[in-house]
Amino acid sequence: MIVLDDVSLAYAGRTGPVLALQGTSIAVAKGEFAAVVGPSGCGKSTLMKLVTGLVKPTSGKVTVDGRPVTGPVKLAGMAFQNANLLPWRTVIDNILLPLEIVEPYRSSFRARKDEFRARAEKLLDTVGLTGFGDRFPWELSGGMQQRASLCRSLIHEPALLMLDEPFAALDAFTREELWCVLRDVWQRLGFTVVLVTHDLREAAFLADTIHVMSARPGRIIETRTVQFPRPRELEVCYEPAFSELVLALRNKIAEVRKA
Amino acid sequence: MTRRIEILAPWLFTIGLFVIWEVICKGFNVASIILPAPSEIWAAALRYWSPLLKNSLVTLWTTLAGFLLAVGFGLLLGLFVGWSRTIYRGLYPVMIGFNSIPKVAVVPILVMWFGIGEVPAILTAFLISFFPVVVNVATGLATIEPELEDVLRALGASKLDVMRKVGIPRAMPYFFGSLKVAITLAFVGAVVSETIAANAGLGHLMTQAGSNFQMPLVFAGLLALAIEGIGMYAVTAWLEGRMTGWAFRSQQSAGG
Repeated sequence: MIVLDDVSLAYAGRTGPVLALQGTSIAVAKGEFAAVVGPSGCGKSTLMKLVTGLVKPTSGKVTVDGRPVTGPVKLAGMAFQNANLLPWRTVIDNILLPLEIVEPYRSSFRARKDEFRARAEKLLDTVGLTGFGDRFPWELSGGMQQRASLCRSLIHEPALLMLDEPFAALDAFTREELWCVLRDVWQRLGFTVVLVTHDLREAAFLADTIHVMSARPGRIIETRTVQFPRPRELEVCYEPAFSELVLALRNKIAEVRKA
Repeated sequence: MTRRIEILAPWLFTIGLFVIWEVICKGFNVASIILPAPSEIWAAALRYWSPLLKNSLVTLWTTLAGFLLAVGFGLLLGLFVGWSRTIYRGLYPVMIGFNSIPKVAVVPILVMWFGIGEVPAILTAFLISFFPVVVNVATGLATIEPELEDVLRALGASKLDVMRKVGIPRAMPYFFGSLKVAITLAFVGAVVSETIAANAGLGHLMTQAGSNFQMPLVFAGLLALAIEGIGMYAVTAWLEGRMTGWAFRSQQSAGG
């Protein structure tokens, strides 16, 4: 699904060019749940922009779905640490926003609005927001806004979901709840996920593979396959094997931070 | 009870101000030619209600004409300036420079071009009031959250899509907020121009009354200006709340 082959990216900073990524190679299979972890400022978010085609690599090749990426890929849904809902739209209208942009929905948006609304309502049900469609974002708690943001990133049934620390601003309980929401949606719809996070437990619980990035300029220094059987329950987080994995990841990152 | 007082407070303060004014004038025997007492002003207003009303309407018309020009032009220029960083950077200093010219200095030029009358007043009102509209609209557009833009661009949204779906709605509270400032400025511009070169309008009326030493009428003109100004401000403020209520409500919930 996604292949980054020896990709480097430099951008113009205040004091000359900054090398964000250097010789990064990564491969994510179709339907795989990949997590990218690393020290802060290692270029994780840059990685996301590369994959979605928002920035072009300085050198190397990015391929998504078998095609080299030259512009915005159009098949990705994205969600960030901030829910970024539009305050002048109701929750439902926020979720419908991608359909107003992306084809083939765009041209038939008006005619099929009712059908799309029903689809959005169904998504709201799956994330536990039943009946909140006509509320405005500011009437929702942070966790609920993030759920709505997740719905927005999924409404056009993207083949690829890009998540940039989507749960970082939430409290621990809400975060674990949303892990399960994401797990269930992913298992049901089977899209490809790239989750950028600095929460190692989050990565270990959700992902099939975890890629560890080095400090800037970032590159992938280790890739681990997570073996826990699916479907995973939250109890898996308290198994010794889970703790071992998290500790190993933690040590790896501590090592690259020192280097 | 306290709520009632809160509603009445503006009226109480206004009346109180006039009462104090009256007492001072009467108590210290201030000459009417220096500072007329409110009762004298009121008498003058009643006596000259017809020219006052007629000239108020002229001022209202020139102000509104200038204001509407400023809104239309300001909105377009604001969208243009907010569209890209380059345009923003390039045009901003020019606009600052233009805005820092006192518009009184421009009136003689306008009179040379268009003659004495309503046109210079309308144009002065326009020139003085379009700037806040431009700046506010451009700021609203320029401060779109980058992540949100990424979300849309990753879907293949064009710049026009981003503007239509996010930029313009987002700039609307800024736009309607700027209207309150713009209408007040337009009013100042119109009156300034009328004072210098016009044959109608409140500014003209006051200049004439002043040169005839009719101080109560001058102050009656001031009073008419204040009432008109408050009225126009109230309309734009109401419009703002009406059109972009979401912006206020979302702030409210964030605060409490």
